[in-house]
Amino acid sequence: MREIDYKDIVNAVENLCISANYYLNSDVVDGLKRFRDREESPIGKDVLDKLLINAELAREKDMPICQDTGMAVVFVELGQDVHIKGGSLHEAIQQGVRQGYKKGYLRNSIVKDPLRRVNTGDNTPAVIHYEVVPGDKLKIIVAPKGFGSENMSALKMLKPSDGEKGVFDFVVRTVDEAGANPCPPMVVGVGIGGTMEKAAYLAKKALLRPVGLSNPDPYYADMEKKLLKEINKLGIGPQGLGGTTTAIAVNIEVFPTHIAGLPVAVNISCHAMRHKETII
Amino acid sequence: MAIRIEAPLTKEKIKDLKAGDSVLISGVVYTARDAAHKKMVEALERGEELPFDMRGQIIYYVGPCPAKPGHVIGSCGPTTSGRMDAYTPVLIEKGLAGMIGKGLRDRTVIESMIQHGAVYFGAIGGAGALIAGTVKSEEIIAYEELGPEAVRKLVVEDFPAVVIIDSQGNNLYEIGKRAYRKV
Repeated sequence: MREIDYKDIVNAVENLCISANYYLNSDVVDGLKRFRDREESPIGKDVLDKLLINAELAREKDMPICQDTGMAVVFVELGQDVHIKGGSLHEAIQQGVRQGYKKGYLRNSIVKDPLRRVNTGDNTPAVIHYEVVPGDKLKIIVAPKGFGSENMSALKMLKPSDGEKGVFDFVVRTVDEAGANPCPPMVVGVGIGGTMEKAAYLAKKALLRPVGLSNPDPYYADMEKKLLKEINKLGIGPQGLGGTTTAIAVNIEVFPTHIAGLPVAVNISCHAMRHKETII
Repeated sequence: MAIRIEAPLTKEKIKDLKAGDSVLISGVVYTARDAAHKKMVEALERGEELPFDMRGQIIYYVGPCPAKPGHVIGSCGPTTSGRMDAYTPVLIEKGLAGMIGKGLRDRTVIESMIQHGAVYFGAIGGAGALIAGTVKSEEIIAYEELGPEAVRKLVVEDFPAVVIIDSQGNNLYEIGKRAYRKV
């Protein structure tokens, strides 16, 4: 049994909230550069240039890449041989988010109730996904999720007979309907299989995979490639102003499912696919 | 080459601007998002005054990050405009001449823009740090209780934007997409 202190978790989450919002990961920056070089639309190229300048400015000046500093989505992998002392893991994460958003001058974007809509004033609560894994480590991933893109996400319970084509068409249609709203170029997370909520979870988790890294299964790697190609033929382009870069990555995650079902979820991220992780 | 324009907008300038024009906006713009729009429209329904005279003005759909010490404002890129659609035509009727945001608008907004003469500008979504550099002053003028959603008066200099929908209803989102669509 290994002990981890409540305070160490608070500090880790605080730092992750700030760094995820200030410093765009290099895989995303490289992806944007790659697509900038082959963007056919002059205005699209200009937008991609400005997005790269923006990311650089945010890094230099220690300020958020985007004013929508998101709802904090936290993925926790808790080793089963870990004992947390000094407080609960759940409260440590919420406290870390509270401190991170305050110290980092990040925007408070959470309302306490979805219909009565009063701002909680400290960006809590975070959405936390827990997984218990073997070992004595604690891995925390913070992925601030902006809602311009979250709002354009979709889920559908397809029929098994809809097959690969059904999934393909649903993903492309969801992106096409999103248009300019989710701040393209997008990163498209796709979850296939499981149950309704599992598919949605997989789609979110798919966004965490670095841009440019394919699914290890060649069948799905091929589908990712074909989807990206098709999506970039839609013409939406950077910021929806027209162009050949509508998405910089399509990441698919899958899970076994029921004989009667084919759930598919599409979680869209903007060009600023933000996430940072640490292992304690 | 970007066209330099002054805010508030004149009737002539509104007519000149065409979908696809790159612009640099200088002058006063007011911020408002969902919650502030709801409050403004409710105020009108009660027969009350709006926080500012809409005539010729530009509303920027943004909820900025808090300013760090020594800074004018935090990151402040545009939010999705479609969420304001339900409230927009009534503000255009009151004289609202320009909107800055990102994303699609519905038919009723576009018709109102054509009827009364208004322009919809797109700013770069997610370029919050870059845009913050163009904001020279910031002052909350209404609904302070809404925090990031309060109505602010901003003075901007060379704020970069593109005309998405002009006062004739031409729409860059449609024109641009058509030009590069291969499906």
